Amino acid sequence: MNTELNRESLLKAYRMMRTIREFEERVHTDFATGEIPGFVHLYAGEEASATGVCMHLSGNDYIASTHRGHGHCIAKGVDPAGMMAEIWGKETGTCKGKGGSMHIADLSKGMLGANGIVGGGGPLICGTALAAKLRGDKTVGVCFFGDGASNQGTILEAMNLATVWNLPAIFVAENNGYAETTSPNYSVACENIADRAAAFGMPGVIVDGFDFFAVYEAAGEAVKRAREGGGPTLIEVKVSRYYGHFEGDQQKYRAEGEVQKLRNEKDCLMQFRRHVTADGDISAAELDAIDAEVLAMIDDSVVRAKADPKPGPEELLTDVYVSY
Amino acid sequence: MARKITYQQAINEALDQEMSRDPSVIVMGEDNAGGEGSPGEMDAWGGVLGVTKGLYHKHPGRVLDTPISESAFIGAAIGAACNGLRPVAELMFVDFMGVCFDQIFNQAAKFRYMFGGKAETPVVIRTMYGAGFRAAAQHSQCLYSLFTHVPGLKVVVPSNPYDAKGLLIESIRDNDPVIFFENKVLYTMEGEVPEEIYTVPFGEAAILREGDDVTIVALGRMVNMAQEAAEALQKDGIHCEIIDPRTTSPLDEETILESVEKTGRLVVVDEANPRCSMASDIAGLVVRKAFGALKAPIEQVTAPHVPPPFSDVLEDLYVPNAAKIERAVTRVAEYR
Repeated sequence: MNTELNRESLLKAYRMMRTIREFEERVHTDFATGEIPGFVHLYAGEEASATGVCMHLSGNDYIASTHRGHGHCIAKGVDPAGMMAEIWGKETGTCKGKGGSMHIADLSKGMLGANGIVGGGGPLICGTALAAKLRGDKTVGVCFFGDGASNQGTILEAMNLATVWNLPAIFVAENNGYAETTSPNYSVACENIADRAAAFGMPGVIVDGFDFFAVYEAAGEAVKRAREGGGPTLIEVKVSRYYGHFEGDQQKYRAEGEVQKLRNEKDCLMQFRRHVTADGDISAAELDAIDAEVLAMIDDSVVRAKADPKPGPEELLTDVYVSY
Repeated sequence: MARKITYQQAINEALDQEMSRDPSVIVMGEDNAGGEGSPGEMDAWGGVLGVTKGLYHKHPGRVLDTPISESAFIGAAIGAACNGLRPVAELMFVDFMGVCFDQIFNQAAKFRYMFGGKAETPVVIRTMYGAGFRAAAQHSQCLYSLFTHVPGLKVVVPSNPYDAKGLLIESIRDNDPVIFFENKVLYTMEGEVPEEIYTVPFGEAAILREGDDVTIVALGRMVNMAQEAAEALQKDGIHCEIIDPRTTSPLDEETILESVEKTGRLVVVDEANPRCSMASDIAGLVVRKAFGALKAPIEQVTAPHVPPPFSDVLEDLYVPNAAKIERAVTRVAEYR
């Protein structure tokens, strides 16, 4: 277990994970009413992964995300209220209602976008890392991708290029057990995604994605190596998602009671809480207070998102090129 | 001062001058220097046809050879553009877009709009196109219309050395993703090119010849064939106006429409296949916006709707030429 995290950092990590959870639970609830348009993919259950990695990053570091990107956005500092408005398709959204859930991006925060294309982020993060390397600014790029994307050529090509150019890049494979409905037991030819790291000449590690501290420690080593010019790392985060591939997925491909068992026995927030309160340095009451603050903040973001206007018709024809 | 250099030298000079001016400009692609990791000398090729030769030693650390891994390095150029660089990536032959198109049309092209106007992607993708090298179906296509179809991309198709230099410098300085099409047959074409830095703006067609009888809109290498045809037609008393759009996205609609308003007759010359092409796009534009001015059906001179063939006999039949253009112009001019 990691000991370098001070009290302030522990509270920050908890707040980050709780914000992601509360955000996703709320989107899940609201989606069921039929008011949220489009395709929404929820990250609930995987919070320790985004948080454990992004706790090592600053605003100048870049991440590339996936269609399941809300958690990465929040962990990288994107404003949840703007995200909520974006998901509701409002002009106050992070992307003015032009991107939606699958394309939330905020480059001012180093968030290069959720991505509707499976495996789309790998090459892009090689690019941000290349720019960082050429400038010598010691920043890094992190590509989050799923078990499905692990079989995409873009990811494999990106890992090769990252080693060839010795880039400050970290590849985080969030193996949540299902590429839509298909298990990596079927679709990934080797036992672990991390096993492929050796073929690309980079370290590969496997961590328990329900354990914030395990992710934090592995990511810390990888980020340190990248900042020091030691090149890329592949981290496989073994985790699960609490909801379907997208909202509305009946999830008939899952085992009976699978998610409930994970919530009861492995949940990252539950484990984190137990761990940090065990030595008495942080009290349950403090964490409860964070829970209440986060809940109020998410409530407020939904109230505002619902009330905010949709984009004006003139927005259809702007932001295509520099000129219009 | 202007002197005669080739289309290829003009491109090299544009890259060299912009790299000297702006340290954020980098060049990357397969064998753009050549010899990386190999026992012999570096800058062995300077690109497969030598277009980037010499830049590697002039601009240390800023000409990057890449693996043959187009998705990775085209995507990396795009990512680097999001993080402060102005990369010029070379997609060797445009036919290879099939292995990396996602990074171009779903990523680079969409960022500005999809992210609510908050992203800029100043990347240039240089690529070779066109028949004439007996390079057959997978190394000879003219695929600019596929890129022109995608909002968010700018598409540049220079027809001569002067435009090649000025448009490439404009492309590098532009803050949108630009696909820069280089016709491989034109690499050896010579023309007057100023030594100093200059730009040619996007969306401004060039009127290369003025005439009152028939408007010819031609792209890339076809511009030269159109000029050859117009010269011959002049002797028959048919005066052609030749318009080179220079960029297909943005397209200078106004210059094309003004010319057709004057001549009432249009021939579009496009080396690409005919369906959903620039030829059909420009013909459609004129029908929609200058219908009243038309005195004859519009003619399209294009490749047939087949892949580029290998055999020299077949390839020569495939590519439009001055004789085909002359016949089309004559039909249009004589239509009553």
